[in-house]
Amino acid sequence: MSDMSTTVAPAPVEVKKGWAGQSVPRKEDKRLVQGEGVFVDDVKRHGMGYVFFVRSPYAHAHITSIDVSQAEAIKGVYGTLTGEEVASLTDPFFQLSTPPGAHLKDFALAVGKVRYVGEAVVAVVAETRELARDASELVEIEYEPLDPVTDARRAQDDGVEILHEDSGSNLMWEGVYEWGDLDAAFAEADKIVKIDELHFHRFNSTPLETDGALVEYNRGVGQWTLYTNNQFPGFAAIMMGPAMRCGLDKLRFVTQDIGGGFGNKITSHPQLVVCCLLARKLNRPIQWTEWRTDFHLSMSHGNERWFHDTEVAVKSDGTLLGFRTKALDDAGAWLRYEPLGGVIWAQVTPGMYRWRNIRLEFTQVATNKAPVSPNRGYSRMQHLWFTERVIDIVAHELGLDPVEVRKRNYIRAEDMPYETPNGCVYDSGDYAQMLDVALGLIGHDGIEARRAEASARGKLLGVGIGSTLDSGTNNFGQSRMINPELQFSGNNEVATVKLDIFGEIVVTLGTTPQGQGHETTAAQVVADILSCSIDDVQVRAGHDSYWNSHAGFSGTYASQFAVTGLSAVKGATEMLAAEIKKLASAIFGGVPVEALELADGGVRIAENPDAFLPFMACGAIINANNAGLPEDLGVTLNCRYVYRPPFQVPDVEKKFGNLTLTYAAQVHVAVVEIDPETGAYEVVDYAAVDDCGKRIHPQIVEGQVMGATAQALGAATHEQFEYDAEGNLLTPNFYDYHVPHALDMPPLKTGSIESPSPFTPLGTKGMGEGGGAGIHAVCAAVQDALRGHGDAIVWDSCNPYHRVWEMLSNPGASRSLVSVVDA
Amino acid sequence: MSAVETSRTIVVTINGTEYEREVEARKLLIHFIRDDLDLTGSHIGCDTGNCGACSVIVDGTLVKSCMMLAVQADGASVETVEGLSEGGELTALQQAFSDHHALQCGYCTPGMLMSATALLRANPSPGDDEIKKALQGNICRCTGYWNIFEAVKAASR
Repeated sequence: MSDMSTTVAPAPVEVKKGWAGQSVPRKEDKRLVQGEGVFVDDVKRHGMGYVFFVRSPYAHAHITSIDVSQAEAIKGVYGTLTGEEVASLTDPFFQLSTPPGAHLKDFALAVGKVRYVGEAVVAVVAETRELARDASELVEIEYEPLDPVTDARRAQDDGVEILHEDSGSNLMWEGVYEWGDLDAAFAEADKIVKIDELHFHRFNSTPLETDGALVEYNRGVGQWTLYTNNQFPGFAAIMMGPAMRCGLDKLRFVTQDIGGGFGNKITSHPQLVVCCLLARKLNRPIQWTEWRTDFHLSMSHGNERWFHDTEVAVKSDGTLLGFRTKALDDAGAWLRYEPLGGVIWAQVTPGMYRWRNIRLEFTQVATNKAPVSPNRGYSRMQHLWFTERVIDIVAHELGLDPVEVRKRNYIRAEDMPYETPNGCVYDSGDYAQMLDVALGLIGHDGIEARRAEASARGKLLGVGIGSTLDSGTNNFGQSRMINPELQFSGNNEVATVKLDIFGEIVVTLGTTPQGQGHETTAAQVVADILSCSIDDVQVRAGHDSYWNSHAGFSGTYASQFAVTGLSAVKGATEMLAAEIKKLASAIFGGVPVEALELADGGVRIAENPDAFLPFMACGAIINANNAGLPEDLGVTLNCRYVYRPPFQVPDVEKKFGNLTLTYAAQVHVAVVEIDPETGAYEVVDYAAVDDCGKRIHPQIVEGQVMGATAQALGAATHEQFEYDAEGNLLTPNFYDYHVPHALDMPPLKTGSIESPSPFTPLGTKGMGEGGGAGIHAVCAAVQDALRGHGDAIVWDSCNPYHRVWEMLSNPGASRSLVSVVDA
Repeated sequence: MSAVETSRTIVVTINGTEYEREVEARKLLIHFIRDDLDLTGSHIGCDTGNCGACSVIVDGTLVKSCMMLAVQADGASVETVEGLSEGGELTALQQAFSDHHALQCGYCTPGMLMSATALLRANPSPGDDEIKKALQGNICRCTGYWNIFEAVKAASR
């Protein structure tokens, strides 16, 4: 790997004085490299009880009886909680869906029925982790098994068991999206490429730290404190409060360090409710740390999606006119964040391409598998994999060059800002340039020579491109396309910046970082505005909903901190800077604020720098020495700013509007070599080019690109939550679920382009989720390698060696999925 | 008949401090370190010995402390991440991790540092493949390993 991670920046960034734009040392690192971080399992309380969840061994069954008496009789067992108790103490979680999904009655523990292997049925609390686990084996549960539904494609067949009787069928949500003029597009086409079926598989990012919480109940005031690694406390609160029949102020969420999230730690609200109920029932702190197997069985699988009956309208020269398809989404057993995936994909409806005529029928069904929830690239990754597969299959079938097809159809730099057929406004970017940079990094000019050289060694070499968008800063108004009754729209984030009594600059964020370096980048923005050092800026670690620095959408998810979080920091710091000047103006006897400047850790008269008031004096005067100040001074030196992106409510009828504020872009190129005897393959060269607008901290940005790429490579080659026909998860731990290790990593070259966003206060774009490009690139590279060796079509997003071998030995199976007809 | 012995008193030295505790015979070394001694720098990321977040050095040998019982460490000298730096002064390896952005969330970092420390003690000038092999037992989900490799390489001589 030495010299294998290379960075190029083809468009050198203007170097300016200031902290933003520099890769300064991360503030977080010192504690983390010394083992001094505080993660949720590190939090302990006297007398706390450990929770263990008794989980269903059946994918689908009625619960006929539960007996906890033997477990509770064990010395050291503090108590239990059953679904029946939960159903009496709480209301079902609020459902985002319209009917039929709206009718689900989702509680924190299974009530009357289990719907997937691993569903929590009973919670047992004991004085040690080991005892809670032992006692759980004494819980007697009788089941009456039902036939499981494990294939989304069969979920609506006649005679299939229905998971949720209240919904009447296994259909959860459906909607038709259509923009442009499909009939005209297909009439204009020279060729129609038909693809019967494509499949995006089920996996997630498996953060190394599993979910957890330490929950205390304050009986006197009826308030719970949840030390937890939930990454979207705002969402957890609005799910939990109504269910638990309490106001949100009774739920205090506290976090310091979080061991990776990737979206997978958004929907832990059912387990948190169990912990809250137990803390109150047993009158003691409750500790829950999910075991690795529990995580794999039950948490946040990424959306599995099928694409059926795809038709693509193409001109002979490769100009793409439009497509129609039917997306079938497998939600698993419950709608914990769904059916939002049914609209989130629409943020990137045309991908990076200029086709204007698109129809997508979206159907989401329930199956007897773990519930799906956001996973890095949530729902857009599935859709962008589809659009990239379409591009490469079209090129393959029409004998066109995938590079040329992309360049012919990419949205052009001069088209920016570009309004997509569904009203999203891509803010900036130059996709063709990114592709050139990426191709240059892997030496694409010499690829045919390398192909011949590999061939001489008996290897099949292929090259593939993945071009994607990382849409960030959600307009939550898009949820109304799922359910017009929902009262969500826009977005917000909060920061407070204050000057304390000894001149300390203290910043609080509403976010819940999981490794993205928010303490560092926030300090960079503050230091630039206050003209001080980042070492002078104290950014509180983690999140506390009692800090008054959070709002309804606070959290760390969906590629937005560089926009929402840092814009809030900027706003609050500018307020503070203005107040400091106002104070100094009064102290200096009425010098106009325009004559003042911030410099060297204080405020001074620009033309008389000796008239200097250090921040320490400012803080001391306001906080502790304020007699004689003007009554109407209006200075607190404690500033709170809420950043609200400029959004409108989308047109629900036309499903039209701007769904996110920024659209960062990625172009990845993979080169693979396949052993035709076995199907085993290796990624031998890889380039990742990223454009997320203005970069506050280029090293952190590159780190996100690298991490997302590694996850994509794992997903493309090995990682999958695979179920057998009975609904048993075959990959419930890291033995069977193979994530990449150090030896698996290919040589990586990274590149970057900076197209500042015209719509954000700092020119930044949210980023971090672009790794889906790696899946697309590997799929395309495998297909390219098989060209002329059976010409198989890559139809699945996960291609372990055996699948490649099957494509080599029986290419007809995949070839039967595609056809080309003259229009 | 005497009762079956289910716990035992052990003496373990961790980062130079001697601890005498009664532990259940079945308690894993990692749970002893984290729960009984409150040394929470070493982490747990799996149930199966795959992830290496709990890596510590026992009597000079790198060990995944979830694959060892606490009673097996009776009389042993254990090093954890908390013992690497002295007086708040980072080791060259710790500093290299920060310099090269070899950590994001920091959850795998203690285990990575212990694996790399064991490597560099055994071989201060490892080759590229030796570095990768030494990190093979540690899972990181944030970085893709590239920068971790660079950090270890920078700390080698």
